[in-house]
Amino acid sequence: MIPRPLSMQGDLVNFADLFGHIGQHTVDGLSKGAIYALIALGYTLVYGVLRLINFAHSEVFMVGTFAVLGLWTAFGVQNNPPIGQAIIFLVLGLIVAAIASGGTALAIERIAYRPLRRKNAPPLIFLITAIGLSLVLVEIFGLVLPKLLGEAVPSIFGRARIILGMPTIIEQKTLFTVLNTSITNIQLIVFVSAVVMMAMLDWFINRTRYGRGVRAVAQNPETAALMGVNQERVIMLIFVLGGIMAGAAALLWSMRFGFTQSSIGFVLGLKAFTAAVLGGIGNLRGALLGGLFLGIVEVYGATIFASNWEDVIAFVVLVIVLMFRPTGILGESLGRARA
Amino acid sequence: MIDKIRDLDRRRAGALHSVGDRWRALPKWQRGLTFVAFVAFIYYLPLLGIPGLTWLRTDSISGGSNWAGVLFTCAVYVLVAIGLNVVIGLAGLLDLGYIGFFAIGAYAVALFGSVNSPVVKWFQAEFDLPPTWAVTWAICAFIALVMALISGVILGWPTLRLRGDYLAIVTLGFGEIIRIVARNMEGVTRGPQGISAIPGPEGPPSPDNQIFGLIDIKPWYWLAITVVLLMVFAVRRLENSRVGRSWLAIREDEDAAAVMGVYPFKFKLWAFAIGAALGGFAGFLFASRYAFIDPTQFNVNLSILFVAMVVVGGSGNMVGVSVGAVLLAYLPERFREIADYRWLAFGLAMVLVMILRPQGLIPSKRRARELKDRAAEAEEAPAHV
Repeated sequence: MIPRPLSMQGDLVNFADLFGHIGQHTVDGLSKGAIYALIALGYTLVYGVLRLINFAHSEVFMVGTFAVLGLWTAFGVQNNPPIGQAIIFLVLGLIVAAIASGGTALAIERIAYRPLRRKNAPPLIFLITAIGLSLVLVEIFGLVLPKLLGEAVPSIFGRARIILGMPTIIEQKTLFTVLNTSITNIQLIVFVSAVVMMAMLDWFINRTRYGRGVRAVAQNPETAALMGVNQERVIMLIFVLGGIMAGAAALLWSMRFGFTQSSIGFVLGLKAFTAAVLGGIGNLRGALLGGLFLGIVEVYGATIFASNWEDVIAFVVLVIVLMFRPTGILGESLGRARA
Repeated sequence: MIDKIRDLDRRRAGALHSVGDRWRALPKWQRGLTFVAFVAFIYYLPLLGIPGLTWLRTDSISGGSNWAGVLFTCAVYVLVAIGLNVVIGLAGLLDLGYIGFFAIGAYAVALFGSVNSPVVKWFQAEFDLPPTWAVTWAICAFIALVMALISGVILGWPTLRLRGDYLAIVTLGFGEIIRIVARNMEGVTRGPQGISAIPGPEGPPSPDNQIFGLIDIKPWYWLAITVVLLMVFAVRRLENSRVGRSWLAIREDEDAAAVMGVYPFKFKLWAFAIGAALGGFAGFLFASRYAFIDPTQFNVNLSILFVAMVVVGGSGNMVGVSVGAVLLAYLPERFREIADYRWLAFGLAMVLVMILRPQGLIPSKRRARELKDRAAEAEEAPAHV
């Protein structure tokens, strides 16, 4: 028998599954993309104002998931608590994650970016610093804290770099089925709360005094400063806002997927960044659009090829978008988000 | 505290500066002689036995010292740093996916040189070759170089027109894609099982090999360091040529360079391809020495380590990046007891160097001046970020 080692196992592409359950895949993609979109907002806000890619934002999300895990562990949350308790834990989780993530984002800004901004460093130096910081944060949560606190809280920091499971707060149930597509309660919660969070942010940026300041600095920092906008405060504000959104994403992630890990941020961050670029980086509504679009494309792609190619799809989308429409679907610019 | 560090750093930089000046003031024959002595010393290194410095505890060889093995790793990393320095230091392109080229070079020799690889088996079946047939090591070296070069062009062609920070993220994705492809394409790369029996200069690993065996690493080190010295020479020539000057011009101001008749895209692609080829060759050496590779050896952290070597050492300065590479390869081996913390230390080193001394430990003079200019501009006209 002649060996045929170069042949691929199974079918190379699988369109039948995709078109057979297209509605289901779309729903799955939307609920996944909603989380990407929330994280993408952090990239977009910072990019819109400072024109720099906050590479460490993925770790802001990671810290958020650890905060949620810590909170739920502290309260001894069991699987499937009664609905009243579940809501309390979710709300508390949101608050704690938002504080942890927002605080981390702010700390990153103060410790790393501020000294660089003073020196007018080239963008690549910002990026390298951010990569270093991101490595530091991953190692702190993956190695340093387990060594220090391993005995005190074994359920969170038992061993270095492990995948940590979380209790199921809400049991996954199919709410209703339309056109051969079942929508679960978790998918609905994730999608709706992500959209609500984004709508709130959009309102904040477009309708409030502080938001006007942000838009002014994004449009023209010098003129904004002359008009009495405190630039430093605006920069702190956008980092905190991005952090809060990442915290919300962390809560939704914990609820839906029920695990975390110190290295969780890397791939997710890259995907969220892709989403931000796809929608038009610096554009808030673009982040939503890009996130949802990427989520759908990814689920479709994983169905057509195989699920172990899933991570490649996001990168390929990123390259294609950057090649053919580097400004993204809606175009970049936070300043002109509401022209 | 920070002021203290700054002050110390200034003094250290001053000392370094005067060393450099004195070196340049020496007569040519003295410099030549010192250089020859230095090269001889580098070749003598693996035979050195200084307790504490070179007696490294090993877990793989009982009772023995793995000093030569550590030196080999240092040499490969120096080769990587020199290649990445062309991309980051000279042309100013941040490439976060350098591990991708390293992996391509490693997989090139594995796929074509090992009798266990599906590609070789396919050739054997297709052309009725004996089961011991595989591509010779020397030809594999060529294949590795060419494959890495081509992949550099393929990646660079669409992406080099992008802005610098986008390029960085795209290359990061590229490094990850290469790893995922190596893991998923089981029909070609044997996936997570990896490929064994990767050949060295004397053919596939076997106890009969006289020089390049798995136990005595010294010959491997001498081979690697020879390649490094050749490449240092080649890159130095390149640096001082028309191409090198174009790279510097593009790095400092792309628009101005374009106005002066330097076509940025062409020279960026050159830098990318040359860097990729060097990275591929380093991967090739790495794979032949260890005789086994699998996708987990090429993860993203290593890519970031490569960038750290260049920026901590001093991007743009070949001595600087080499020192950076040696430090980052040697220190974790020397201090194995705390080697777990190496990623934390690398990350911290990157952040601290970027904030306190963005030009690196042993900077390129030109680059240091460029950064200083920018800082001065910031003081004159703040606000614009």
